[in-house]
Amino acid sequence: MARKTMIEAIRDAMDVMMGRDDDVVVFGEDVGFFGGVFRATQGLQAKYGTRRCFDTPISELGIVGVAVGMAAYGLRPCVEIQFADYMYPAYDQIVSEAARLRYRSNGQFTCPLVVRMPTGGGIFGGQTHSQSPEALFTHVCGLKTVVPSNPADAKGLLIAAIEDPDPVIFLEPKRLYNGPFDGHHDRPVTPWSNHELGEVPEGHYVVPLGTSAIRREGSALTILAYGSMVHVAMTAAAETGVDAEIIDLRTLLPLDLHAIQASVRKTGRCVIVHEATLTSGFGAELSALVQETCFYHLEAPVVRVAGWDTPYPHAQEWDYFPGPGRVGRALLETMAA
Amino acid sequence: MTEYGPLKLHVPEPAVRPGGTPDFASVRIPRAGSVARPPVDADAETIRDLAYSIIRVLNRDGEAVGPWAGLLSDEALLAGLRDMMTLRAFDARMLMAQRQGKTSFYMQHMGEEAVSCAFRTALLPGDMNFPTYRQAGLLIAAGHSLVDMMCQIYSNEKDPLKGRQLPVLYSSKEDGFFSVSGNLATQYIQAVGWAMASAIKGDTKIAVAWIGDGSTAESDFHAALVFASTYKAPVVLNIVNNQWAISTFQGIARGGSGTFAARGLGFGIPALRVDGNDYLAVHAVACWAAERARRNLGPTLVEHVTYRVGAHSTSDDPAAYRPKTESDAWPLGDPVIRLRNHLTRRGVWSEDRHRQTEAEIMDTIMAAQREAESHGTLHAGGRPSMRDMFEGVYAKMPPHLRRQRQMAGV
Ligand SMILES: Cc1ncc(C[n+]2csc(CCOP(=O)(O)OP(=O)(O)O)c2C)c(N)n1
Ligand SMILES: [Mg+2]
Repeated sequence: MARKTMIEAIRDAMDVMMGRDDDVVVFGEDVGFFGGVFRATQGLQAKYGTRRCFDTPISELGIVGVAVGMAAYGLRPCVEIQFADYMYPAYDQIVSEAARLRYRSNGQFTCPLVVRMPTGGGIFGGQTHSQSPEALFTHVCGLKTVVPSNPADAKGLLIAAIEDPDPVIFLEPKRLYNGPFDGHHDRPVTPWSNHELGEVPEGHYVVPLGTSAIRREGSALTILAYGSMVHVAMTAAAETGVDAEIIDLRTLLPLDLHAIQASVRKTGRCVIVHEATLTSGFGAELSALVQETCFYHLEAPVVRVAGWDTPYPHAQEWDYFPGPGRVGRALLETMAA
Repeated sequence: MTEYGPLKLHVPEPAVRPGGTPDFASVRIPRAGSVARPPVDADAETIRDLAYSIIRVLNRDGEAVGPWAGLLSDEALLAGLRDMMTLRAFDARMLMAQRQGKTSFYMQHMGEEAVSCAFRTALLPGDMNFPTYRQAGLLIAAGHSLVDMMCQIYSNEKDPLKGRQLPVLYSSKEDGFFSVSGNLATQYIQAVGWAMASAIKGDTKIAVAWIGDGSTAESDFHAALVFASTYKAPVVLNIVNNQWAISTFQGIARGGSGTFAARGLGFGIPALRVDGNDYLAVHAVACWAAERARRNLGPTLVEHVTYRVGAHSTSDDPAAYRPKTESDAWPLGDPVIRLRNHLTRRGVWSEDRHRQTEAEIMDTIMAAQREAESHGTLHAGGRPSMRDMFEGVYAKMPPHLRRQRQMAGV
């Protein structure tokens, strides 16, 4: 085992799968020769050739559209959209085509493809390099949506996604690429080499889609989080002293409802955290599920902490980002309720 | 199996990769002055060859030659040189400011200054550009406030866009510069819509669309061509072919088409290629295309053939994907030097005047920078308020957002 960054873990997953399965192909904008603007595919073209890893024209519609055709043919494309903010031209191909192909052809044609995309803010990328569009995918029947929070999971989840028989949207919190960002932007970044989840097993392994992980056991309150917010939640719990149980959802769909129920029934309180905007965000779905399945165990209203309902601003990045301060306040308020 | 054997995937490759010797032998450069200048009402069918040639005015000796020459006075040319030098100096200072941590991001124009600076001079008040992030010359040549541009780059308290937008994605309705989106190509089709609106209203304004070579792959580009063609929209459709997207050479976006301009032919849109490093040629072609639009003759597609000398942005290092010396080998030279040589040849410019002007421009830029920085930089000094973050999402703030703003305590 070696310590890896999240980018290295993601690259490792593609490398392992390309090595095992000749049908796995990787492509996207700047993905081939250069190895991707975040270097996730670095070295793959040199190793597997331009037939398996190549640059595409700048057309997200084109990237996903050809991936649907290839997947239906029998390949397993794992494509990159340079930033989640640029996936909208591909949305029709994802929603109307990839997601429904199995259903509408009664299984004659299927679509085992993975669409990777960096998400989230924290790099002063402004409104077009910061978005978290997960709810636009979880709302679509036929898609699976994955959001890893660390290198070890990222590799196992991506391998599971590539092996999955259905289309998977793989959202990579870019602020976590190089370290477990705790939400304090004014402090030095800890690298993954200092974190136990930077320990990435060699070779092939999967983290099954639909399984969550408990990052911190606690009895006072349950925090549901995913991606970069897992680390922010850890910080908030540490700073407030609230004995929170922190569940890293890892996949939003399929969702590990059992783990959520078990925890909320134990703690009686639930705070949901995501970076995406609040209204109609995935937190609304989680909140409804907690209310439906844990109502008689709840001792306080379910609370959501999320990005404000505005486009992601540039200068006000840290006013926008739901950092440990805002999450911590929500924890204390929920405990007091 | 067929009798033809197995199929093979074709993936275009650039002529040279890092470590190799730059080679532009395949770029055919016609002699300056050799391309005909058709009447503006020429039928697209009769001028198909213009999509495969390159209109050039300035020759190697710095003379303006051929049918596209002779449109600009000494004064206009001197102003053009000044604009390009200003843009270059502005870029240099802002690039350095980014390196000093005063802002998050910057994109420069090095080598492409003539395209936006010269094009702007063909436009009239009321015309609207739909630019990309690499056409700041449209603002500079319009005399836009350098301080305002810098305040936008710094996202400071005087940023006209309130800190909401990424640096260099300016907006100036007043100077005919539509708000730049970070999403590529989206605005190409909007320019067509703006032009159609002018026609619907019976106005006389025209629109100008801008896109990079790489971004022509987006569907928005193709939608723009079909709408412009169908409705004969009064729009100039510009493609800035600077040879590179980020790391992908223009062959990835162009595919098997001979040139980007040739994309227009299938739509029946007159398509021209112009030497993008030749201020006079860009100006002449811009006037020709703008006149077509104004006379209700419909759209024109213009491919500006140029070269991106600098990195794609401050987040990029081109050494990873192209030879370091490739820009020196670029056969169309440097736009500033070429215009400067021409003005010298005309007898209205000298080495001394050039140096003096360079110093003057740098003084102006530094003064603007001092003023802009007195209003803050991204991480220090005056900044836009948190209230600004909540404003402007809607014309009238809906209750849910008002609640959120209260929660945020502002
Ligand atoms: C829809 C979309 N996809 C991808 C990107 C990321 N991106 C920004 S600039 C760029 C390259 C554009 O190249 P080109 O169109 O040639 O313009 P140039 O930068 O050369 O002026 C890419 C891929 C984006 N901004 N928007
Ligand atoms: Mg380009």
